[in-house]
Amino acid sequence: MWRYTLKRLIQGVITVWFIATATFFAMHNVPGDPLANDKAVTEEIRANLEAKYGLDRPIGEQYAIYMKNLVRGDFGISFTQQNREVNDIIKEHFPISATLGILAVIFAALGGVLWGALTALYRNKLPDIIIMFLVILGISVPSFVFAGLGQLALVNLNDLLGQSILPVAGWGTVSHMLVPSLVLGLGTMAYLTRLMRSSMLEVISADYIRTAKAKGLPATRIFTRHQLRNAILPVITVLGPAIAAITTGGFVVEMVFAIPGLGRYFVQAVQQLDYTVIMGTTVFYGAFLVFMVIVVDLVYGLVDPRVRLE
Amino acid sequence: MAEAGLTSTDFERIEQSAAIQAITRPSLSYWQDAWIRLKDNRRALYSLYLIIALLMFTIAGPWVWRIDPGAQDVDQISQPPGTDRKATVVEPFVPWDGTTLIDTGTGLRLAQPATTQAVRIQWDPLTSTGTYRVYRNIFPLGEERAFGLPLAEVSGSDGLYFEDRLDLRPGTYHYAVVVLDEFGGPGERFETLEVELTRVITVYEALAKGLVASTNDIRIGDEVKLALHPFGTDYLGRDMLARLMAGAGVSLFIGIFAPFLYVLLGVVYGATAGFIGGRTDQGLMRFADFVVALPFLLFMILFKIVFGIGPGESGIMPMLLALVILAWPATARLVRGQILQIREEGYISACRLLGAKTTYLVVRHMIPNTMGVILVTLTFAVPSAIFTEAFLSFIGMGVAPPTPSWGSMCNEGLKTMLTYPHELVFPALFISITVLAFNLLGDGLRDALDARMRSRE
Repeated sequence: MWRYTLKRLIQGVITVWFIATATFFAMHNVPGDPLANDKAVTEEIRANLEAKYGLDRPIGEQYAIYMKNLVRGDFGISFTQQNREVNDIIKEHFPISATLGILAVIFAALGGVLWGALTALYRNKLPDIIIMFLVILGISVPSFVFAGLGQLALVNLNDLLGQSILPVAGWGTVSHMLVPSLVLGLGTMAYLTRLMRSSMLEVISADYIRTAKAKGLPATRIFTRHQLRNAILPVITVLGPAIAAITTGGFVVEMVFAIPGLGRYFVQAVQQLDYTVIMGTTVFYGAFLVFMVIVVDLVYGLVDPRVRLE
Repeated sequence: MAEAGLTSTDFERIEQSAAIQAITRPSLSYWQDAWIRLKDNRRALYSLYLIIALLMFTIAGPWVWRIDPGAQDVDQISQPPGTDRKATVVEPFVPWDGTTLIDTGTGLRLAQPATTQAVRIQWDPLTSTGTYRVYRNIFPLGEERAFGLPLAEVSGSDGLYFEDRLDLRPGTYHYAVVVLDEFGGPGERFETLEVELTRVITVYEALAKGLVASTNDIRIGDEVKLALHPFGTDYLGRDMLARLMAGAGVSLFIGIFAPFLYVLLGVVYGATAGFIGGRTDQGLMRFADFVVALPFLLFMILFKIVFGIGPGESGIMPMLLALVILAWPATARLVRGQILQIREEGYISACRLLGAKTTYLVVRHMIPNTMGVILVTLTFAVPSAIFTEAFLSFIGMGVAPPTPSWGSMCNEGLKTMLTYPHELVFPALFISITVLAFNLLGDGLRDALDARMRSRE
């Protein structure tokens, strides 16, 4: 187990290095001038700025400096807000995105497992048909439409009750988080429901379930101990990529609900061509996702004894 | 022997007929079998029809509905489908000095019927000396006394009038005239007037827009119909149907062509890795693992700005390229696994033993045997590519305006969701239906083509 963990971590570090390198060389080929702005800049100021950001050096040296700073966890200074470190920006905005993402993942996972198990138990009956219809809807409708509809529903709800129970936009309290995270998790929830359903159907017709029934176990115990525990495994494997999809998918929800998260900041940075912020955010997100996938895989090993033995 | 009643004729040979010996089912090729299965799956079949209809809509649509998706109809801005298109022909506009056309009434009143050409109102003095501010609102005056848009300030003691020509649309407007207090703010005394505007058009305008052939065809007071927009118009007065067709072109082009390219790349890459095997395989697949680890949407955006959008370009090609660069590894992994599996099959060994060449093996056995999986991957790749395009266009990183795509239309429509829902509903509906159709077709194809992956429904 430890050897496996170590191996995965080393692989993860190499992957992050690859992401960082790809980001660096991609950004270096972006057309346009990072120091161009409306103000007239004299030659001297320009030279100073270039020296400050290290843009006057050859690309190999720039890459070496970039990597050295990265190892120390320093992403540099923003181009557009020249007194602000990228680290500060991430520190300020990432927790918001992470909270939103984690809530969405919880919604998606819980909902997916619950609905999936339910549809499998009531196969081809009314609950199954209704839920599977909703699932198809959840897979086919883009997230921004859900975001817009969610906001519309909030407006109507607040209007109906005559007071603002759930805010329509913004960030701060738990009431701000509920609807955006639900909207964010909806697509993944639909996907997980489908997965859970097919895996549950497979488990239901397995021999050990028949055995459990034959030896007289109560239905609830069969459901929790035998069916759910086995059917949930495929859901856990896709949770890693699902977390990735949810965290980056947060852009839209952050935009629509005016949430000051890192996703919105990234889009802004791209529009303003803020090189260091773009690079820092990409590498940070990349590292985060790689780490999350490793964690999910390790958790999978804990949940499924068969994997641990290998 | 005679007791048994048998004669020698009983032991004669009966002639064999071919029909008795024939196998009951005709032999079917893999694809014939798959087609039969697919035909039995109603949902998949209807989805296939729907996709064909969508393609027709995209390709043949612009030939039938020949309206330029960029053309603006300023008479009909943000019109929902099915709105009244009637317009009355009137004389050209002549300036009003407020003295003519006085209607002898009291209070705030119309000096002449309100039209989209001009709304002329007049009122009697409310105080001896006063300055009045004229407001216009689309909502009736509520308790909070929101008068609406201030239009002008009028002062005087007699013959008070105002002519409104600002951006008039057919519908109901609520005008208010408020006496200003000594600080210049709205005071306590005011009068309101509800006005119903009718759409009018001059002969010259009707001719310029091609609504009538010549001046002989219409007279003042006649009714003409404005240009037809079956799906309404957007916030710039552009025809929604034409834009949906043009947008379908962009969305489906990226949605179908990009997956085709990256699945092809993935097939070649995965097949090479799987077929060569050994060190090369390890190296190639490790690289694929790295590409998978790249945060997809962030790198989509990154690549899009790397490739850049020049002036006048639509940004379709950069998006296509970025998608191909980032999305191939999933197919490569799948195909490699398939090839590795097939390589060990008995029939491949048998084929080798009989002296088949590598090319023959690949073309005759490897590719046809992976074709089903590849086709299913392709079908499922289409909706995800359409989503990616819509998503990027929605956050403003996709196709550049004025090129329409369903995603960018949704982005524009979301801003006016409450007042003009049709601008969001139509493109969102098209995205959803397309994605749904491809998903259901993918399910059907998987069930039909791949016995192992057949879902248990």
